[in-house]
Amino acid sequence: MNAARPLLEVRDLHVAYGGIAAVKGIGFEVAAGEMVCLIGANGAGKTTTLKALARLLPARGTMHYDGHSLLHRPPHALIGEGMTLVPEGRGVFARLTVAENLGMGAYCRDDRGEIAADLERVYGLLPRLQERAGQLAGTLSGGEQQMLAIGRALMSRPRLLLLDEPSMGLAPIMVQKVFEVIQSVAAQGVTILLVEQNARLALSVAARGYVMDGGLITLADSAAALLANPKVREAYLGE
Amino acid sequence: MDILIQQIINGLTTGSVYALVALGYTMVYGVIQLINFAHGEVVMVGAMVAISVIGALAGSGLPPAAILLAGVACAMPACMCLGYLLERVAYRPLRHAPRLAPLITAIGMSIILQHLALLVWSRNPLAFPQILENPVFSIGGAAISGVQMGIILLSCAMMVGLTWFVYRTRFGVAIRATAENVHIAALMGVDANRVIALTFVIAAAMAAVAGVMVGTYYGIAHYTMGFMLGLKAFSAAVLGGIGNLAGAMLGGILLGLVEALATGYIGEVTDLCRWPIVSGWLAERCAADGHVVLMGSNYQEVFAFLVLIAVLVFRPSGLLGERVAERA
Ligand SMILES: Nc1ncnc2c1ncn2[C@@H]1O[C@H](COP(=O)(O)OP(=O)(O)O)[C@@H](O)[C@H]1O
Ligand SMILES: [Mg+2]
Repeated sequence: MNAARPLLEVRDLHVAYGGIAAVKGIGFEVAAGEMVCLIGANGAGKTTTLKALARLLPARGTMHYDGHSLLHRPPHALIGEGMTLVPEGRGVFARLTVAENLGMGAYCRDDRGEIAADLERVYGLLPRLQERAGQLAGTLSGGEQQMLAIGRALMSRPRLLLLDEPSMGLAPIMVQKVFEVIQSVAAQGVTILLVEQNARLALSVAARGYVMDGGLITLADSAAALLANPKVREAYLGE
Repeated sequence: MDILIQQIINGLTTGSVYALVALGYTMVYGVIQLINFAHGEVVMVGAMVAISVIGALAGSGLPPAAILLAGVACAMPACMCLGYLLERVAYRPLRHAPRLAPLITAIGMSIILQHLALLVWSRNPLAFPQILENPVFSIGGAAISGVQMGIILLSCAMMVGLTWFVYRTRFGVAIRATAENVHIAALMGVDANRVIALTFVIAAAMAAVAGVMVGTYYGIAHYTMGFMLGLKAFSAAVLGGIGNLAGAMLGGILLGLVEALATGYIGEVTDLCRWPIVSGWLAERCAADGHVVLMGSNYQEVFAFLVLIAVLVFRPSGLLGERVAERA
């Protein structure tokens, strides 16, 4: 990997649903080891951006991960290269057990011994999952499902983790726990692109942020500067 | 009493075959929500290939068991290729088309396969060479043949094997994950095309074995045999809850039992002489013939569809079916 280049580099990205543009030419980058957040109101185009990166939606423009173009790659090829999306709404397999869900995170890996060690590590980080290993994921609470979705992603040994609204629909205490986990994952050196509607929370953990509105990126700055920005304070921090 | 036991044995036999075929419907439905109406024809092709191989080897002096095994060993790969081709050629191009398109294609494939079989194997029923001796054992006044025991035991073994595969192997878990949400499975690195193709191939392998079973059991195979068998197995899958593996097994066995018992008792139940209202000319005829039967065992084919209708009316999700899952 070229150290001078960011791990993820997006230029002039366009995504449309049918004829209707949802992302209208955005650019951003995430350097290796960084935690960057993408904030914006409901409908701004954040999820659409992540789905385009994960190749679940057709897109136009430039998307480079680790120096390689993501365009024209099949979605199932990305996790093996270290880019893992934790989708909006968590997307756990409700009819699979917790352990099977975690196993699916390591589906692309062959290193059995290492997988077992990673499973222990995930259970160490998220002990609730170990207690419920044999339970169907659909029977977990929302917060536990979010933990499971993150744990499953960790089982792939990601280099770049894309998180889509991990706080959505969770009780405040659960939100806090989920963000503690995210911070500890970041502390282990995993690069994170965090999408959040909860701007205050996202800016409190990320180093930099992009503000998205109506399919465009309207502001880009350090998290501290965005937190201090009057426009951000008014529009996204409810002040 | 011996009728009861006999019909239970017969029902378990046909029911195990229905279960194997129903599993094919339900697995394919589980991953792509398609009723593969050509699945019955895969069973037919399995029976036909086996008959051809067994027929060719019948005079060769090989031991009968080896000949039968050779028949199965050819029918399975032939059907697996056919299942793969069906998915690859007929259904994959329509993966994102409106749901009616692949459904109609499936019906079309069923007709095409029947007529290809007609060209290859002629319109006459083919007799399955009776190479195996078929000892008959008696239990409780009823008879069970070696072939029946073989069918029931082999079906059970295959169902156990399939369950093990789907619940205990990495690829089996991937199939279930894909069935639940193909996009999330792709995010986990699952190539949906491979999983779907594999599902068709597994379904076809079981269909091949089922084809050899029905051929051996009834001693006959015909290019249209897949149609009725397919519809019944489909009914069994719906009875159990389509998309649900245990449901297909349960539905198949239950349907076989219902069919056998209904066929066994319908003559007795519809015998007017056994009803209390025997009057006038009816009394005379009863005195003369002993029976005035309204419906006989020739109504056999009706029961599966009565069951299907009853399920659709009273429990559309089937016995073990869950609520229709929301899909992302
Ligand atoms: N499947 C879809 N079909 C059509 N339009 C969609 C679809 N998903 C999202 N959109 C539209 O695209 C825009 C961006 O949505 P989204 O990316 O989900 O926003 P966010 O994640 O920022 O809340 C919205 O206007 C939304 O209505
Ligand atoms: Mg969103």
